[in-house]
Amino acid sequence: MTATVAHVHEGTDAPYALSHLDALESEAVHIFREVAGEFEKPVILFSGGKDSIVMLHLALKAFAPAPVPFTLLHVDTGHNFPEVLDYRDRAVAKHNLRLHVASVQEYIDAGKLRERPDGVRNPLQTVPLTEAIQQLRFDAVFGGGRRDEEKARAKERVFSLRDEFSQWDPRRQRPELWQLYNGRHAPGEHVRVFPLSNWTELDVWQYIAREGIELPEIYFAHEREVFQRNGMWLTAGEWGGPNEGETSETRLIRYRTVGDMSCTGAVDSDAATLDAVITEIAASRLTERGATRADDKMSEAAMEDRKREGYF
Amino acid sequence: MTSTTEQFADLSATTLLRFATAGSVDDGKSTLVGRLLHDSKSVLTDQLEAVEAVSAQRGQDTPDLALLTDGLRAEREQGITIDVAYRYFATARRRFILADTPGHVQYTRNMVTGASTADLAVVLVDARNGVIEQTRRHAAVAALLRVPHVVLAVNKMDLVGYEEAVFAKIAEEFTAYASDLGVPEITAIPISALAGDNVVEPSAHMDWYGGPTVLEHLETVPVSHDLTACPARFPVQYVIRPQTAEHPDYRGYAGQIASGVLRVGEAVTVLPSGRTSVIEGIDALGESVDIAWAPQSVTLRLADDIDISRGDLIAPSSNPPATTQDVVATVCHVADQPLAVGARVLLKHTTRTVKAIVKEIPSRLTLDDLSQHPDPGQLVANDIGRVVVRTAEPLALDAYADSRRTGSFLLIDPADGTTLAAGMAGESFASQARTVTPADEEGWDF
Repeated sequence: MTATVAHVHEGTDAPYALSHLDALESEAVHIFREVAGEFEKPVILFSGGKDSIVMLHLALKAFAPAPVPFTLLHVDTGHNFPEVLDYRDRAVAKHNLRLHVASVQEYIDAGKLRERPDGVRNPLQTVPLTEAIQQLRFDAVFGGGRRDEEKARAKERVFSLRDEFSQWDPRRQRPELWQLYNGRHAPGEHVRVFPLSNWTELDVWQYIAREGIELPEIYFAHEREVFQRNGMWLTAGEWGGPNEGETSETRLIRYRTVGDMSCTGAVDSDAATLDAVITEIAASRLTERGATRADDKMSEAAMEDRKREGYF
Repeated sequence: MTSTTEQFADLSATTLLRFATAGSVDDGKSTLVGRLLHDSKSVLTDQLEAVEAVSAQRGQDTPDLALLTDGLRAEREQGITIDVAYRYFATARRRFILADTPGHVQYTRNMVTGASTADLAVVLVDARNGVIEQTRRHAAVAALLRVPHVVLAVNKMDLVGYEEAVFAKIAEEFTAYASDLGVPEITAIPISALAGDNVVEPSAHMDWYGGPTVLEHLETVPVSHDLTACPARFPVQYVIRPQTAEHPDYRGYAGQIASGVLRVGEAVTVLPSGRTSVIEGIDALGESVDIAWAPQSVTLRLADDIDISRGDLIAPSSNPPATTQDVVATVCHVADQPLAVGARVLLKHTTRTVKAIVKEIPSRLTLDDLSQHPDPGQLVANDIGRVVVRTAEPLALDAYADSRRTGSFLLIDPADGTTLAAGMAGESFASQARTVTPADEEGWDF
């Protein structure tokens, strides 16, 4: 019974104020519990990236001491970082969860998807994702998307209704009033749910630090063989680089986001600890996606277009 | 560019302010939002570069800050804003969530959406035009939604020679009008969003103004009300029963405290059944505590094994809400399809969704002059009206005036799941004239 005082913050205006992290945590937990209470078959999109790791952490807290009442789904692009896949599998085993994997490589091998000339696989995730949702009949799909990431995401609802083709129509969104989330949907439709909607990148990192959450090592400074393409430092490897005219070098870097190796850039960094990472992000003059995502730079509305097609 | 590192050294204890902006198309709302984001250093280099590139491509001389907030293809193509967007920024003192509500034809439902979760609303006025119809509408919606704090931002002061008299007249007229509606706290600030006067930096042109800048006010306005003054309300979201070897008998009621404070040892009543018990334990996301308050998400354990499920409400036995099947409320109609007398709908209140029928629509409100039109027969998009709804099961409903969380509800179309209306139970400001007294202010809740 020691927690009472810990939640009262000096300098705030009332004895019962919540810190911003406590308020965000409480809201996210509320969203997880609403979905558990209202849907038949929810699933958490889990990539092994920091946002999905925080989602899983929140879900564990929301239902403790009972197990998380959701399964996990990972869309494996075939070009994922091995450290991240390893983390994913350890997390699944540790919490005794069930993981579904939808594989872009399998779709390519079966001739159902074609590799893009630039080798970027992020846009190819949409088909395996939407087909997995249909085939496994998920009615609620948790994503770690945050509204601060991108201006199309700033328009996204916490509960986002998708039609049978998983499409997002920004003109047909339900108004989101108070904390009353309307998850009603017709058979075949589903709802994408974003419990971290109101979190920023810095909130996520501060929460990771506060909660002592373990992350894949690639988020921290390490030496890596990288090469430059389209202004991004990409990891050298069998997936497709360096090509002719590109040379690789060893640099001290870390990753700010984790995604497909073909379009996730590293940033030069010597931030080897959580505190150092938080200091670095707070001082950064670049957004998370602007710094490290090639696929968002394809056009002014790249994210919106992918979301319309069913991307999370 | 100064480093922001020290600003963020320890933000874990800062508070969160949710606020909404309201303003009509030409009042300069985008400029104000752009200015707030830009001058608080919340716009990062790559975002600004993207805006500069697009502006240059269009042949504009200066970066169009509205592009920071208009994110969708259709918005940029048509120069309009669709629906509410949420934006985030931070200073050393506080984190902000801004509900950026477009001032377009769909204004009422958009502003209702933005205001429903806001602790504060910024109403923008063009200093040259003063208080207009649209301003009165914004004030009325803020009052209706019971947003605790309203800021009147008198914009474009640069275009009226920064004259005190212009500002004073508008501030006085607005304050009188909004106070009559029951808005508890109004702060008027003269600004120029374009020139940056009194938005983040104090103005060098208005020595006569001694108040805070917009940002300073946002940073210091109290967000937490004394929730011990409100009776506790705990809607049950989910029953946690691990049934594992480690926890064979654990039975916890998970939920977010809607208002008030709960303590171990407190006698509670479960509604609508009326069964009673005592709080045996409170689990606050993994740690055991003896006190918890709104809006914490917690899990309650009770001393008696009674039948409780999602949709039930746990309240102190000393102060439970009444239950009713006849809901009298003000609603804002948010859907394109109309709501007519006799409609069969679903009503979602806290965690409980019940069948309901619209028995009466006694009046429709005209926001411009707050006049009541009796028996409109139906409500269409953006209408605000009084309704009487009969529910299939009893609801533990508070008046919206007492609790925004347990006094609000949605009406939903059972056929396609569309959210039809945003409901606020109990008396409306428009149904009886009220004046603000200190006693009134204590009842405001968020």
